[in-house]
Amino acid sequence: MTVLAVADHRRGELRDVSYELVTAGRELAEALDAELHVAVVSGDVEAFAEHLSLDGVDTVHTVAHGEEFNHDVYVQALEALDAEVDPTVLLMPNSVNGLDYAPAVASSLGLPLVSDAVALAWDDGLTVTREMYASKVETTVDVDADRVAVTIRGGEWGPTEDHGSPAVEAFDLTVDESRVRSRVTGFEEVGGGDVDIADADVLVSVGRGIEEEENIELVEELADAMGATLSASRPIVDNGWLPKNRQVGQSGKVVTPDVYLAIGISGAVQHVAGMKGAETIIAINTDPNAPIFDIADYGIVGDLFDVVPALVEQFR
Amino acid sequence: MKVLVTVKEVAEAADDFEIDGLDIASEYLEYDLNEWDEYAVEAAVQLQEAGHADEVVSVTIGPERTEETVRMALAKGVDRAVRVWDDDIAAAGLLDVDAKARLLEAVVAEEEPELVLTGVQANDDGFGATGVSLAERIGFEWAAVVNDLELEGDVAKVHRELEGGVEEHTEVDLPAVLTIQTGINEPRYASLRGIRQAQSKEIAPKTLADLGLDASAVESSFSMTAMYEPETESDATIFEGDAETTAAELATVLREKGVGAE
Repeated sequence: MTVLAVADHRRGELRDVSYELVTAGRELAEALDAELHVAVVSGDVEAFAEHLSLDGVDTVHTVAHGEEFNHDVYVQALEALDAEVDPTVLLMPNSVNGLDYAPAVASSLGLPLVSDAVALAWDDGLTVTREMYASKVETTVDVDADRVAVTIRGGEWGPTEDHGSPAVEAFDLTVDESRVRSRVTGFEEVGGGDVDIADADVLVSVGRGIEEEENIELVEELADAMGATLSASRPIVDNGWLPKNRQVGQSGKVVTPDVYLAIGISGAVQHVAGMKGAETIIAINTDPNAPIFDIADYGIVGDLFDVVPALVEQFR
Repeated sequence: MKVLVTVKEVAEAADDFEIDGLDIASEYLEYDLNEWDEYAVEAAVQLQEAGHADEVVSVTIGPERTEETVRMALAKGVDRAVRVWDDDIAAAGLLDVDAKARLLEAVVAEEEPELVLTGVQANDDGFGATGVSLAERIGFEWAAVVNDLELEGDVAKVHRELEGGVEEHTEVDLPAVLTIQTGINEPRYASLRGIRQAQSKEIAPKTLADLGLDASAVESSFSMTAMYEPETESDATIFEGDAETTAAELATVLREKGVGAE
């Protein structure tokens, strides 16, 4: 039996989730008494294979084709690798690129897909732990199938860093170009702008709880009074209330300030991914069960429209 | 061309809730149009207004109650809707990605759209996979997590929102499925006129049999075995009291950390 994990990379660098996939794959391989194989498709696969030569990995398959991610190539590469490796579990990242190829691979191979796993267990079959209802509950799902495709959430498994000595095998892929119907034409860094929130020591960050655009002023006032920089969670930027360069999170900026004051932010995983490295996290939220309190050092359970003006007074 | 936009009524859990067996007890759930789908509907309606689309059709999988949610899409400019449901689907419980894609595949076969728009994910079960899975099944090209879209002839020029403030520019040949990210546009509010007009727009109910399918189409290879509230690992110091008291205590902590020092 084999577990096959597919590495994630972008613009010449392996992404962190690649090393986490190895950890998740290693745990599963041990439970299954299986081999762990890792696949890396496109880019400088030889350099990637060196980095992926990690403890617990039996074989690294390199598929050299093109510089960057193209989902049409990934699908063909994984179809071909699947035929050779015949994995019991195909592990992929629940990254943006994972979202772009994993469902197609699973569908093409006729494998059930369980996405966004936060834990995996094997006991005569795979049990996947996932979240539902905006992370308010966890569920366990038993998969009744001989083979299964799973995508894992980044940040849930620790990275494997210890080196190993797997076999590195170059996989010869013949791409059917008629099935390549998309072309990546470039990349763009978005939302540069006037302020780099990644440089700030103190961030006052505002979320959906602020309700209306005109209420942002209240939080701006607090940031001014505290000598802090204003940032925001995704809905505020989606609404056009603050520019993209103020967005903290997976698809925004990753920030590591000394103090992060989250106001009216519930703490969705995508947001937390961008700010959990802050030294001190403080949350103001009406919902005592909001996930932000799980990672906060200090908190006030209360109405921001009462607490923020009172806090402004403290710093005037 | 015809644009098909998938919409889903999602359940949101109240701040305080109780779990009843394998789901949140119904009295703690409120139903709404999935946030990502609101942006997909807006993108579709904008394509119609720009002259790219002749017709925008919505499809949903859900019981009769969901028509209320679908009417919101109709009120915003969608021309008509299809609702797929019957007793076999109801009995199947949580539909896996493949089952949903099979149902939508049958609707695509009837409607023959050239472009399918879906939300990136649904706010309740959050699989984030139906759109791309559907694309593979129906032989359409696709792009996931699209936050900018322009049509030029038979090509969709899209931006895909990657992690860390980076966007990928990609060209996708039509016909295609695009999964739409929030923030791609500003979803409009339904006007009173739109809401009135939506009352007379068609929401065609379809059973598995209507789509040439049977109960095997919704067979799922996985089953939910438990639902529980995650253990909180919180060791946060929570300040108690009225706003003035808690603000004063928090200010003391902030000053200790050097905040507000001149």
